[in-house]
Amino acid sequence: MDVKFTRRDFLKLSIGSLVLSSLGINLEPVKAYAKELKIKNAKETTTICPYCSVGCGIIVYSKGGKVVNTEGDPDHVISRGKLCPKGASLYQLANNPTRLLKPLYRAPYSDKWKEVSWDWALDRIAKLVKKTRDKYFIYKNEKGQVVNRVEAIAHVGSAALDNEECYILQKFLRALGIVYIEHQARI
Amino acid sequence: MAALAESFGRGAMTNHWVDMKNSDVILVMGGNPAENHPVSMQWILKAKKERGAKLIVVDPKYTRTASQADLFIQIRPGTDIAFLGGLVKYIIDNELYFKDYIVNYTDAAFLVDPNFKDTEDLGGVFSGYDPKKKKYNKSTWKYQLDENGIPKKDPTLKDPNCVFQLLKKHFSRYTIDVVSEITGAPKEKILEAYKIYASTGKPNRVATECYAMGWTQHTVGTQNIRCMAIIQLLLGNIGMAGGGVNALRGESNVQGSTDMCLLFHILPGYLPMVRASHVDLKTYIKKTTPKSNDPKSLNWWKHRSKYIVSLLKAFWGDYATPENDFCFNYLPKLDDGKAYSWYDLFDAMYKGKIKGFFAWGQNPACSSANANKARQALSKLDWLVCVNLWDSETASFWKGPGMDPKKVKTEVFLLPAAASVEKEGSITNSGRWLQWRYKAVEPPGEARRDAEIVDELYKRIKALYEKEGGAFPDPIVKLNWNYGDGEVDTKLIAKEVNGYFTKDTTVKGKRFRKGQQVPNFVYLKDDGSTACGNWLYSGSYTEEGNMMARREKIDPTGLGMYPKWAWCWPVNRRVLYNRASVDLMGNPWDPERPVIKWNPSTKKWVGDVPDGPQPPLALGGVLPFIMKPTGVGTIFGKGRADGPFPTHYEPAESPFKNILYPKVRINPVARIFKDTPVDKLVLGGDPRFPYIATTYRVTEHWQTGLMTRNMPWLLELEPQVFVEMSKELAKEIGVKSGDKVIVTSPRGKIWAIAVVTERIKPLRIEGHTCHIVGIPWHYGWRWPEDGSGGDSVNLLTPPAHDPNTSIQETKCFAVNIKRA
Repeated sequence: MDVKFTRRDFLKLSIGSLVLSSLGINLEPVKAYAKELKIKNAKETTTICPYCSVGCGIIVYSKGGKVVNTEGDPDHVISRGKLCPKGASLYQLANNPTRLLKPLYRAPYSDKWKEVSWDWALDRIAKLVKKTRDKYFIYKNEKGQVVNRVEAIAHVGSAALDNEECYILQKFLRALGIVYIEHQARI
Repeated sequence: MAALAESFGRGAMTNHWVDMKNSDVILVMGGNPAENHPVSMQWILKAKKERGAKLIVVDPKYTRTASQADLFIQIRPGTDIAFLGGLVKYIIDNELYFKDYIVNYTDAAFLVDPNFKDTEDLGGVFSGYDPKKKKYNKSTWKYQLDENGIPKKDPTLKDPNCVFQLLKKHFSRYTIDVVSEITGAPKEKILEAYKIYASTGKPNRVATECYAMGWTQHTVGTQNIRCMAIIQLLLGNIGMAGGGVNALRGESNVQGSTDMCLLFHILPGYLPMVRASHVDLKTYIKKTTPKSNDPKSLNWWKHRSKYIVSLLKAFWGDYATPENDFCFNYLPKLDDGKAYSWYDLFDAMYKGKIKGFFAWGQNPACSSANANKARQALSKLDWLVCVNLWDSETASFWKGPGMDPKKVKTEVFLLPAAASVEKEGSITNSGRWLQWRYKAVEPPGEARRDAEIVDELYKRIKALYEKEGGAFPDPIVKLNWNYGDGEVDTKLIAKEVNGYFTKDTTVKGKRFRKGQQVPNFVYLKDDGSTACGNWLYSGSYTEEGNMMARREKIDPTGLGMYPKWAWCWPVNRRVLYNRASVDLMGNPWDPERPVIKWNPSTKKWVGDVPDGPQPPLALGGVLPFIMKPTGVGTIFGKGRADGPFPTHYEPAESPFKNILYPKVRINPVARIFKDTPVDKLVLGGDPRFPYIATTYRVTEHWQTGLMTRNMPWLLELEPQVFVEMSKELAKEIGVKSGDKVIVTSPRGKIWAIAVVTERIKPLRIEGHTCHIVGIPWHYGWRWPEDGSGGDSVNLLTPPAHDPNTSIQETKCFAVNIKRA
């Protein structure tokens, strides 16, 4: 950007705009310019709100790998640019100081979390899954019918995942022989 | 979903969000769109403004939706069937039903087995009730069949054994006086609501209904919705623009995760899960494929074999061959008649039967009814894997209230996941629209996409089995799993979900090459030449590309169907059961709002994608409800666990008598857990817990609050758990707004801030004052970090469940409230 604009300048402009607009001066070009500041040269991607099931459209503006702005998608045929407080807060979901950044592990009887590497965590989980599955695998039920299942491992989740993720997740779980598979739809 | 599938054939919202602008009457009962689906309200308000539609809201509390209503009625929680049953009676008594519709498109004229006995005959139960097992033998719940095996009918609707007459008898005592006595609502308001709603029995007037968890979370949840489905069938409001029974689903992709069947009892596309008695594929297909002898019934599920074989091909690829039953025995099998549902799962975990547990994008320590049991159950695990954006009450359960970490053996993993804007893929909204989302940025820190975590875990487990062997390794090592090396490409998954040809083949006169995408499920086969991850989604990612990513804003009908915006299951049909929106010649019942219309010169339908391309019924076509073997909408719901007709039963913890059936107070087949010390319940009134509590949501929070309690803007607006109560109750217990109170139930206690309002009024029920309080359920001890938000109301909710769906009764339970 050629012109450096500080927040103070912007505020001055905004207050000035109020006065000017009450005088009936056309401020559209100024407003457009002011709006440009945050999202100029930003990458624009569309998304759908992750909260309720209306499926409202949101435009995400990102720059340098960071989300810089989110706003209702005016072209979206259901939401027409409107958002509720949750959808309007999407920016904070992407820019949030309390998000998990590393895998955490809590050892038996420990009173704290400890950061671990992905490799270590995934290998350890894979071993535990195999150990539990091998030990408790049920080939036949009490009636002697073939059932090929595992009841000692259970799974819940999730409606927070994309369809493609839900699909491979249930495929993975069923290949393991897990039958206690549930999620939000039940409750 | 169980009620909708029983009534119409598919367990999903019948219409879609924009379609609400087409309604003449909108009943909101069991939901609160203004606060929980806020952006959808613009379509309801548009109908009011532009069509002069009437909005009726029936709820235990005056909501923001109610603030926009033409008529608001407060009812006691758990009395919806009484209210709706009265409406059925009103419609029948005043002959306001749509006769042509019910005679042709529903089972109203079908004759029922004369041995069937109603609750009116048996004092509150149907024939076949076994009081010891608390289950029904449904052998008398059936239609009479003619010599061709087709249900016998009396189109005059006069035969005393016809469904219509049985329905009339069933609800004959649901008078306005009785409805008022049970619900606590004033008679004149009830009558006004009935008059407005029943006005839509005319072909050119349409009503819709919107519900959510306010209807499902009851021991009679399925029957609440069944009752509405019956009303909509009587009035001819199904299949119509502006009509339907619309389940407003609570999460951005809960429709999709349900379609993908992350549920114990179903496989993708609602194929029944395999049971132990399904000894081979042939038996599975034979036992689960419905039959119909009626030539006018399309009986779509007759294609079951194509969908299960294509699913098995998607699962096990080239390993799945006709010779090995397409690897059918690789699928785990459930014991016949046994449920492995949510509360069964936590019951088994509490009893130490479950050793390892994945809580993936979910927070059961706050969302499960009787959450204390879930929290204690977690401590019995050997290992727990949580995948989430944040730490949760579930992941950190070992340091939660009442836990001593030194005594908790569970090994816990907490894996950081990517948020929606950090990955690419589709989600399905409540109206069945699959919309594509794009990745804007990389996930923060080391967070990874769920697809990648599944992929990594699978590959590591597979490697272990390849190296070491182990119990039944074949389903794992032979699993068809090709979603890219390194980063998972979700488009590859989407293509498998849509389905592809596994060899060069000819279907319906068209030639396809191996590897080509199937155009839609009509082209799926049961000989192994097609693979398809979810037949319902077939058509979403074809040779033409990703249909879910479409953004064309054209609306040829003007009804808001937007056929080229995203993609909608099934086969881009925007209004389900749309063949019921036309008469026998294919002319729309309502010419002003034609969803589909038969063009006699081209011999084709125009408008929405019809429910089957066959010509209209009178021109050799098929009946409109193609997923039901009968081909018609179902009033006599013989597939349900608790009766073919909805019946008013009191909630499990209701303090009141059932004045309609004094001998049967609660749903006689409700699933009530009571064999552990933590499963406590008061059946019938208990002076220690004199008030009725219900749970609800606020606009600023979502679900257990994990995705909103961590958002400063939202938390500031709704900082902590509160209990909403009437002025009268507040006075009685000496509490004012802002006071901290302790709310207790037989299961536990929480603190909450009292909010004294006019929005909930005490009701007069059976000569007693009935105080109702409302508590939002979004809170938990982990966030906000200082504990200032309070904890989950589910610590109080009861272990009582719907017998069809096993959904928890969290909308009505007994509590006490005292100043802290």
